[in-house]
Parts: sequence; C-alpha cells; structure tokens
Amino acid sequence: MLFLFAIMIGVLYGAAVYLLLRRNIFKLVLGLIFLGHATNMLLFVAGGLTNGKPAFIRGLQGETVGMSDPLPQALILTAIVIGLGVTAFALTLVYRFYKVTKTVDFDQLSENE
Amino acid sequence: MILVLPIILPLLIMVVLIFTRRWLFFQQAFSILASVVLMWVGFLILMDVQQNGIKAVQPGSWDAPFGITLVADLFSAIMMVTASFVAVVVMIFSPGFIDKERQTAGYYPLVFGLLMGVNGAFFTGDLFNLYVWYEVMLTSSFVLIALGGSAEQLRGSIKYVTINFVASIFFVSAIGILYGQAGTLNMADLADKMRSWDEHTYVNSALMLFFIAFSVKSALVPFFFWLPASYHTPPVAITALFAGTLTKVGVYTMFRFYSLFVVYDQMFWTLFILTLAGLTMFIGVLMAASQFDIRKILSFHIISQVGYMIMGLGIFTVSGIAGAIYFTIHNMLSKTNTFLAGGLVYQRSGSYDLKYLGGLYKAKPLLALLFFIPAMSLAGIPPLPGFFGKFFLIKGGFEAQQYFITAVAILTGLFTLFSMVKIWNEAYWKKEPEDVKSRGKVHPATIMATSLLALAVILLGIFVGPVMELSMQAGEQIVNPQMYISAVLGK
Repeated sequence: MLFLFAIMIGVLYGAAVYLLLRRNIFKLVLGLIFLGHATNMLLFVAGGLTNGKPAFIRGLQGETVGMSDPLPQALILTAIVIGLGVTAFALTLVYRFYKVTKTVDFDQLSENE
Repeated sequence: MILVLPIILPLLIMVVLIFTRRWLFFQQAFSILASVVLMWVGFLILMDVQQNGIKAVQPGSWDAPFGITLVADLFSAIMMVTASFVAVVVMIFSPGFIDKERQTAGYYPLVFGLLMGVNGAFFTGDLFNLYVWYEVMLTSSFVLIALGGSAEQLRGSIKYVTINFVASIFFVSAIGILYGQAGTLNMADLADKMRSWDEHTYVNSALMLFFIAFSVKSALVPFFFWLPASYHTPPVAITALFAGTLTKVGVYTMFRFYSLFVVYDQMFWTLFILTLAGLTMFIGVLMAASQFDIRKILSFHIISQVGYMIMGLGIFTVSGIAGAIYFTIHNMLSKTNTFLAGGLVYQRSGSYDLKYLGGLYKAKPLLALLFFIPAMSLAGIPPLPGFFGKFFLIKGGFEAQQYFITAVAILTGLFTLFSMVKIWNEAYWKKEPEDVKSRGKVHPATIMATSLLALAVILLGIFVGPVMELSMQAGEQIVNPQMYISAVLGK
C-alpha cells in the first residue's frame, strides 16, 4: 500500500516537473496542478496510512487507538481549496496573456521585444 | 484578545472596501484612516509585549498544542508596526499615483487582504496556519501585481505566480513530513519536542525544505531571479508596498524557524546561512550596478539587503540578531522610500530609464532631497539609520569572530554607495537630456507621503538608542527560544 502510494507520488512529481519545464504556458499551469496534487498525496501519506478505520465516529468515547488521524485530511482539504484558487487565477492569467500577446510560447516571457 | 485584531480588522476593512468599490473618495480616505488604526493596534501590542513579556492567546479556546495559537513577541510586534506604517504611507501615496481604473478595480481591498496575511504570518503560532496566512498574503499580491493587465505586468505575474506556488509546495511538503514525525503543528510544542528527541532523521530534510521555501520568498541566492523579473512591472506604489512587506515576512519566518527548530547540526546551519548571506549581499549589489532602470536597480538592492538580515541570523548572538532587527526596520522604511521617490521621478519625467532622466536636482530640488535621504541611508552614511544598522551588524560579526562575512558586508556597503550614486548622478545631477519623455506634474499627495517616510527614516536615525534597546530585548527573545515555548505552553 505504502509502496504504491510512494510510486504514484513520485510519478506525479515527475510529470509535474516535466510539464513545468515545457515551453507552452498552458502546460505550465497543468504542471502546477500536478505539483499541488502530488503534495496533497504526500501530506496524506506522511500523516500515516491507516487501513479500513474511520477517522471519526460520532459519540465514541475513550478508545481511539488504531483510528486514522483526521488532521492530515483536514490539512489536505485546506490545501486543495487553496490550490483550486491559485489554479483558477493562474488559468485566467494565462488566458489574458494569450489574449494580449496571441501566443502561448514561453519565449515571449523574456523582456526583449 | 487584542492579538486577534491585527487579523480581524483588515478583514472587516476589506469587506467594507469591497462593497464601496465605486466611491473612490471614500475608498481613499477610509484606507488611510484604517491603516492608521492598524498601526495604532500594532503599537498597543508592542507596548503590551514590552511590559508583560511574550503574549499568547488561544482564539478557539482549545489549549495550546491542539488549537491554533496566536503569539506576539517583541520581534513580531515590531514587524507589524513597521509594516503597517509602510501601509499608511503607501495609502497616502496611492491616490495621487495609481490611475483611476486600477483604484476602482479593487486596489484598496486587495491591499488590506495583503496586510491581513502579513499580520497573520507575524502572529500565528501554528505551522499550517502560517502556510494559510502566506497564501492569503500571496494571493492578494498575485492580483495586485497583475492588476491592470498590461502585457508587461502579465509577463511578470506569470513568473511571480509560478515561483511562489512552487515555493509554497516546498513549504507544505515540509509541514507534512514534520507532522508525520512529531504529530503536532504547534510551533512551540514542536520545538519543545525536538529538544527531547532521539529520533531526528527527517528533521534536517524538513528544515531544508522550509529553508528553500522561505529563501524563495525572501529572494536569497540562488532563488532570487523572480524578484527583479516581476517587481518592476506594476505601478511603483504597489512595488513599494511589496518591498516593505513581502520579502520581510520571509525573513521574519526564517528568524522564527531558526530560533525554534535548529537544534541539531548548528555548525552546519551557521556555515550554510552565512555563506548564502554573503553570496546574496554581493551578487545582489553587483547585479544592481549593471542595471539602468531605477526600479530594477532598487529591486536588486532588495536582494542584497536581505543578505544583511540573514547575516545577522547566521551570527545568532543577541547583538547580531538585534542588529538584524534594527536593519530590517530601517530597510522596510528606506527601501519603500526609495521606490516612492522613484515614483515621483516618473511623475515628473515619464520614465524610469536613467537614459531619459536628468536635471532633476536643478528643476526640482525637493524631489532630489526626498531621494537623497533614503538612498544615503541605504548606502550607510551616518547619521542615517542604514549606518547604524550596518554598524551593529558588523560589530556583532566581529564579536562572534565571523571575520569573512563581516568583510563581505563592508565591501558590499561600498558597492551600495556606488549604485545609489549612479542613480543620483544620472537622474538628478546630469543635464536634462534632449529626448526627455514628458514633463508631468507631481501630485502633492505623493510628495506628502514620501516626505513623511523620509522624516521617519531620519527619526529612526536620531532615536537609534531606544530603538536599538528594543531590538536588543527582541533579540534576546529570539536567541532564547525557551521564553517563547514556555509562554505558549504555559510551563
């Protein structure tokens, strides 16, 4: 289980870095999205994987040993929302850039026109 | 509960400003008033902390390691007062400088969104909460830097957004790894646990991830290239606000983290930070010397000056930290002031390019004076505060027997003087060129704001004694993290 997660996070990070290094600005945004997801998974795994146990049961008193930790999940939720906001902004930005310059090529980012 | 105000107030102000977006005059007046109130709140917190020691509150009334804690020590209070003073000045400056479209497009609400994030980052005692405040601050700055949407701004903001997003990713990963190890997010609790740990395999890797994240945000070598590529694109009032707040929050966080979390391998971290500080100072100032746009010269200077602050951190004695704190206050004021003076030049001559500038000393001596004061302060000419800042840092360096970094700091000072003199010679002293872009009028509000800031710079130089004493106390709190830990955990 842990091994599978580790492989998946690695692949996501790899894909993200590959996309970030492309010249197409739209792919840059895709790379940012992948990077965000990879990190969310990393948070999830680093917080400890617990198989088949709920994070929270209403009315349960005392015994909590072996239950999964709800905190990493709360952190990931927050991180997903923040990631969503930043991604939306980045997409708008790239779209505006395309409208203004009529190109999605990274080389247009250099200042020598 | 006064500690909640620095966060709640900007939020309320922002809401009011969003709903009154069309009433331009109300927005301008209310923003000035509101930022003055914020600064006053900062003063109250500073007084309180100075008299009663470090102050911690639990807004959710969950006890310390579980709930989110807000903590104010002297350093964070000092930083908040200075940052909100910068905001006051920029708020007075903006109505006379930024065009009406930008002002009604949400400039004022965004500034207070930024301030909310900045204050939150200063006062939070929780790792993940710190990340959230960073995002609040950065998201506001993303919109501010792109506001108006000229091609140049869009270019700058794509770079700015990308690099800051990647840095935030480093930050969150480090939080995740540390949480998996320690099972706590409370900074004081984490620091306390670290001091009694046998198992510290992951600590250094998490700290290195943190360090990369913050050195991107405060523009240290080798992660500084985004700053000069984006800071010159928005109107200079926005750049001035960024210069006075954003990178300094990164520096502040680095101080806090170093004090709390660097428990193992101190030798390595000292050497590492001092090396980066020296490189940052020197490379920043060399690159500044090769530029011809006022805003770019000043942007590279931000980098060089962050190096000085980090040098104080690397020395990590009370006098070194105190010097760095004094230097940070001075830098937030003087740097903002030079940017604003650059804005005055732009209003008068229609360009930031030194090629098209000249003769301003003769034509507008007041403009020249308003640049001269902060520029000489940055260059370190007594009796201006830049001199004392560098003096205390260098003194701290000698006392800690870090001779090499001290030598680099002195050398960098010379180059700083060189590039300030370069702007002075080109923009103010040389004859006005034939192909001058335009001859605009300088708005009185902008002159007033810049003079106010220049006055503050001079006062900081005159009252160096009391301010330095305060910085010494703040430095003591940073060097002895046990004070912070026991204030939060109550033991």
